Amino acid sequence: MVTAVELGLIYAVMAIGVYLTFRILDFPDLTVDGSFTTGAAVAAVGIINGMPPLLATVLAFFSGMVAGLVTGLLHTKGNINGLLAGILTQIGLYSINLRIMGKANLPLLRETTLISPLREAGLTGTWVSVGIFLSTAVAILLVVIWFLHTDVGLAMRATGDNPDMIRSFGVNTDNQKLLGLALSNGLVALSGALVAQFQGFADIGMGIGLIVAGLASVIIGQAVLGRSGIAIAASAAVVGSVMYRVVIQLALMAGLNPNDMKLISAVLVVLALVLPQWKGFARLGGAVRNRFTAVAESAAIDKEK
Amino acid sequence: MLKLENISKTFAPGTVNARVALNDVSLHLAPGEFVTVIGSNGAGKSTLLNIIAGTYRTDTGTVTLDGRNVTRLNDHQRARYIGRVFQNPGAGTAPHMSIEENLAMALERGQRRGLRRGVTKAKRERFATELKALEQGLDVRLKDWVSLLSGGQRQALSLLMATFSEPKILLLDEHTAALDPQRAALVTRLTTEVVERFGLTTLMVTHNMEQALRLGTRLVMMHDGRIILDLDKAQKERMTVKGLLAEFEKIKGMEMDDRTLLQ
Repeated sequence: MVTAVELGLIYAVMAIGVYLTFRILDFPDLTVDGSFTTGAAVAAVGIINGMPPLLATVLAFFSGMVAGLVTGLLHTKGNINGLLAGILTQIGLYSINLRIMGKANLPLLRETTLISPLREAGLTGTWVSVGIFLSTAVAILLVVIWFLHTDVGLAMRATGDNPDMIRSFGVNTDNQKLLGLALSNGLVALSGALVAQFQGFADIGMGIGLIVAGLASVIIGQAVLGRSGIAIAASAAVVGSVMYRVVIQLALMAGLNPNDMKLISAVLVVLALVLPQWKGFARLGGAVRNRFTAVAESAAIDKEK
Repeated sequence: MLKLENISKTFAPGTVNARVALNDVSLHLAPGEFVTVIGSNGAGKSTLLNIIAGTYRTDTGTVTLDGRNVTRLNDHQRARYIGRVFQNPGAGTAPHMSIEENLAMALERGQRRGLRRGVTKAKRERFATELKALEQGLDVRLKDWVSLLSGGQRQALSLLMATFSEPKILLLDEHTAALDPQRAALVTRLTTEVVERFGLTTLMVTHNMEQALRLGTRLVMMHDGRIILDLDKAQKERMTVKGLLAEFEKIKGMEMDDRTLLQ
């Protein structure tokens, strides 16, 4: 279970990236499946060739930015539908990732990675490493929240919220989309680089269906924490990512077939998207809340007695 | 301040749906002039505004703003000169951002945006003062999402956002048409106040003839993509709604006669 939390926190970096495109830019970006693997591939090849692991990881971040930039250019300059632009980049990246890696799987077990100090100290799978991964995720989260409150960040949020309005105040919305997609995929690739180092290999298929995990994290998190305000909505991606991995872990422990996990993920996302629209759900939420307040009230009354 | 020269614009040219929206329109606005534009549906009023704002490109003709030829600039490149309020109260604000964040974005009109904090304490104080003047109780709701505001409040906020960074030109596109009479009266009053305060050169499109006569220093009537009547301040003050309708009928009638003669 601790491993699920660890994984959840590493994938949270990817979820923050998905949050940037899906919620901030209102752009469902399918580049993620490709750029995640690109990050893993770049970091793995760098490390195997003797690059310091930190440098290789930073390089992975930039490789993801380039991938996002390609999708952004296809969409803004090529006038290609956003979904299609993402799919095109994703498919193209599959071949590029194979070229980078040279083969379909690159083991990293004997290499020195960012994770190996933890592993050698026997700290992986303990709450110490959870603490370390948590602080990493929170640090990235804080930078993103800070960014979204700067002048550029405000312009980017308005680009997703009301593009005509922000254009009338002199912002080139195309550039904002390019920047947002680049940042988002940079974070996704960074997450990929960390996952590869954590699990000890990079694999050509490791990004497949990942956008669903990212969306699930964002949506589940926001269903729990709400989306009132940027700080909460962004943090929800991190919380959602951990919850998602824990749910998957529980499903596996309950004896479900690992091959069914993709289906379960898809169903989870559908439920998280559809349920809140159902009127009975709001009433149910209200009932739960009422019961809580009723309990709290009766507790308060008991206290007074 | 604003110079339109021989502007023509045709939508879907070369097809059966081709529609001439503007036909050789020229219009000069002196600094501080407040022009109201009236005309029937499809007269070209909104197209004219969109041409000035850069949303549409001209087919022929030039747009000069404050001595600078902006004909080939995009809407966001012209935005530093132009403040704009749309008919739809939702169009001028970002609904899922707070009032103070919307104002902060508006304050940066046409500036290079960097990584400085968007809403600072100093800005917040300024916003509160400006909002107080709107008398909408928004000055104590700086952190509320704009989607929580009523249509009238949003339009008042849009007006403030469009003007308080002091653009060269203010474009108003039937900005009171979607409001109930009371709110419309309020936004109209705020408009005159703000135009006077900043001495803005203003172009206001309206369907309401009475409003067009009451506001501004000059009145322009459009029909079939052309300016058919241009009244200066003195002429406008003498004009009545009835008189405008009569002028409109007369000019339309003359056109008919011309066409009949040509045939």
